[in-house]
Amino acid sequence: MPRMNSASELEELRNGVLSARDPDKPSIAICAGMGCLGHGSGRIISAFEEEIDKKDFKTKVDIRATGCHGYCEKGPMVVIYPEEICYVEVTPKDIPDIVSQTVLGKKVIGRLTYTDPDTGEKTAHQSEIPFYKKQMRHLMGSNPKIDPRSIDDYLAVGGYSALSKSLLEMSPEKVLEEIKKANLRGRGGGGFPAGRKWETARNAPGKEKYVIVNSHEGELGAFMDRAILSGNPHSVLEGLIIGAYAVGSHQGFIYARHDAPQLKNNIDMALAKAEEYGLLGKNILGSGFNFHVEVHLDIGIFVSGESSALMRSIEGNPPEPRPKYIHTSVRGIWKKPSVLNNVETWANVPLIINKGSEWYSSTGSERSKGTKLVSLSGNIANTGVAEVPFGTTVREIVYGIGGGIPNGKKLKAVHFGGPMGGSIPESLLDTPLDFDELSKLGASIGAGSMLVLDEDTSMVDLARYFLHFLSNESCGKCVPCREGIRQMLKILTNIRDGNGREGDIELLEEISEVTGAASLCALGKTAADPLRSTLRYFRDEYEANIDKVKSPAEKRE
Amino acid sequence: MIMEEQIKTSEIIIQINGKEVKAAEGMTVLEAARSADIFIPTLCHHEKLEPYGACRICTVEVEVRGWTSLVAACLYPVEKDLVVKTRSEKVDKIRKMILEFLLAHAPNSPQLQDLAQEYGADKDRFEKEASFCILCGLCVRYCAEVKKKNAVGFVECGARREIRFIPEIATKECVNCKECFELCPTSYLQAAFVLAESLAFSTDSPPTE
Repeated sequence: MPRMNSASELEELRNGVLSARDPDKPSIAICAGMGCLGHGSGRIISAFEEEIDKKDFKTKVDIRATGCHGYCEKGPMVVIYPEEICYVEVTPKDIPDIVSQTVLGKKVIGRLTYTDPDTGEKTAHQSEIPFYKKQMRHLMGSNPKIDPRSIDDYLAVGGYSALSKSLLEMSPEKVLEEIKKANLRGRGGGGFPAGRKWETARNAPGKEKYVIVNSHEGELGAFMDRAILSGNPHSVLEGLIIGAYAVGSHQGFIYARHDAPQLKNNIDMALAKAEEYGLLGKNILGSGFNFHVEVHLDIGIFVSGESSALMRSIEGNPPEPRPKYIHTSVRGIWKKPSVLNNVETWANVPLIINKGSEWYSSTGSERSKGTKLVSLSGNIANTGVAEVPFGTTVREIVYGIGGGIPNGKKLKAVHFGGPMGGSIPESLLDTPLDFDELSKLGASIGAGSMLVLDEDTSMVDLARYFLHFLSNESCGKCVPCREGIRQMLKILTNIRDGNGREGDIELLEEISEVTGAASLCALGKTAADPLRSTLRYFRDEYEANIDKVKSPAEKRE
Repeated sequence: MIMEEQIKTSEIIIQINGKEVKAAEGMTVLEAARSADIFIPTLCHHEKLEPYGACRICTVEVEVRGWTSLVAACLYPVEKDLVVKTRSEKVDKIRKMILEFLLAHAPNSPQLQDLAQEYGADKDRFEKEASFCILCGLCVRYCAEVKKKNAVGFVECGARREIRFIPEIATKECVNCKECFELCPTSYLQAAFVLAESLAFSTDSPPTE
């Protein structure tokens, strides 16, 4: 494949890909996301291949192992196009029926469709299943149509048109302006405006600048970035190249996990294909813009995902955070201006360029624009990755999309942001999903993990669990973080085991204040946030544990 | 912005504890304070080494353009109109607790005891876990930055972090050096112990069976 040198060559190629595809040809999309693979979708893929082979239908049917569809709870999931018939919890023995009855016979197999647990109603089409119906899938919507290893699949859904538009029709300043106007805020947790970060790096002195994808995703209960980067790697890469152009960077890094081989393979494949097609490397699409990307694997502890630690890691140093009195967008990797955004942030960029900032900012809440991916886990009926507009209430996500709490239990709390986040109680469930609204409640949205907790959850144990995690997963460099976590963990373990003493809660509060104020990096500064939020809303549980009385109700009697 | 201003003038006037202090561009708050004989306690700082910012005992309160924050003096760069308070209720509270944390590991360190007296820190506040090492990293960084030998380093992370000598290097370099011992704020007990341990297990030493 010769490298493309202009926008028209790209469009020609795209048209070629599209015209070679018959929209009426049956196509089987099998979810090969992490969740479905865990449920055995690897065997489903081989079973389909064998069955199609056996029947000699190879030329009549397409089989596609796609990125994550999001509905992990019901995996393995299979969608038959063009009718979009969706089957859930598919097993290898269902395959012959699916091929003969649905793929060829165009009939829906009732036993394999989604059945509403309350009404018993069956839904044949994927987009009509309640889990999907209430979402707005700007970023995830293409996943069922894309084999992550095929650049043609990405081109077929309009891929790289934003890159072509940016490089060949827009100045870097114009691109930057568009991102700023869209008010794209960083999805990694901080919610910092991406445009401002890019601008700082663009204006910082020095010719060499870096752009980085943070795909470390260490937050407990977070798996949405993997769904995007592994399922649709070109969308993130396209965003990164556009960002590099706006910032004036010619070298990018993707910081990926060492323990996710599928992710690494899909990224490597995407980079190689983009390079081959002239969408990466020297003189991209004949624009004169050069940009290269290197993949760097993490060294496996949570703190590696902290921006300055991540940058030290890319330099080849241990992942210890350094102070950011000068921003990393001015002094980052090798003291050069470096823009770090997370996977989801980058994936939003092509969308903004294609459809414009005005369109983009028409979705969302007043200060949080666009959609947000959330990972639903814990005591919830529908575990999976959902995408909703900012401003959607937490209640709608938990009940409307998540299907509520299983086993007839009551909801107690929803925990956001993993070990550096916080929990909100049931009474605050009508809070909108929004950076600032959640932050005000002491439950920072984090990267988007939503851990749903039912009435049987001990909030003391939850806070203890996160501190235990951090005591192993922090770097251990600065005293307030290392020792503060050590002491808080000891006290919480005592309280949990019924050995709490009077004054323990006050001591926890004092330590959390010092750790929050004096630690070197964001990990230490927010390490006590789960503790603080559970003390804020569930203080009676701590008190009850200390009094060695089983429940607050008993205590009152 | 900060940079542009600093380029115009290399001399920056800052205020520390109400006193005007002249500082040069690129200096840290700690350096500016020391040049004016204003004391800020430190544990992990050493003039020959790169600022590290781990012990946080040098935390001070700064005010820039109306914003107040708590920063590590050993790392925070001076800038125009910076107002520094080396002690305040918040600062003292932080230092007191840092000392209490560290005294659980090294209760007999004279340096910690002196500071504990100054800040009213209770050496028995937290349960003792005497490791004799406060992980200031002076030995590690001195060996890396000044001696350029990297004979001693940190292993593990988080609460399990500790110092270790690398046997292969230690057998060659450490026996006649031990310059890092002098820097130790806790009487180098832990350093001596782990050095002995690494020498004993070095492949260059006689078998230990």
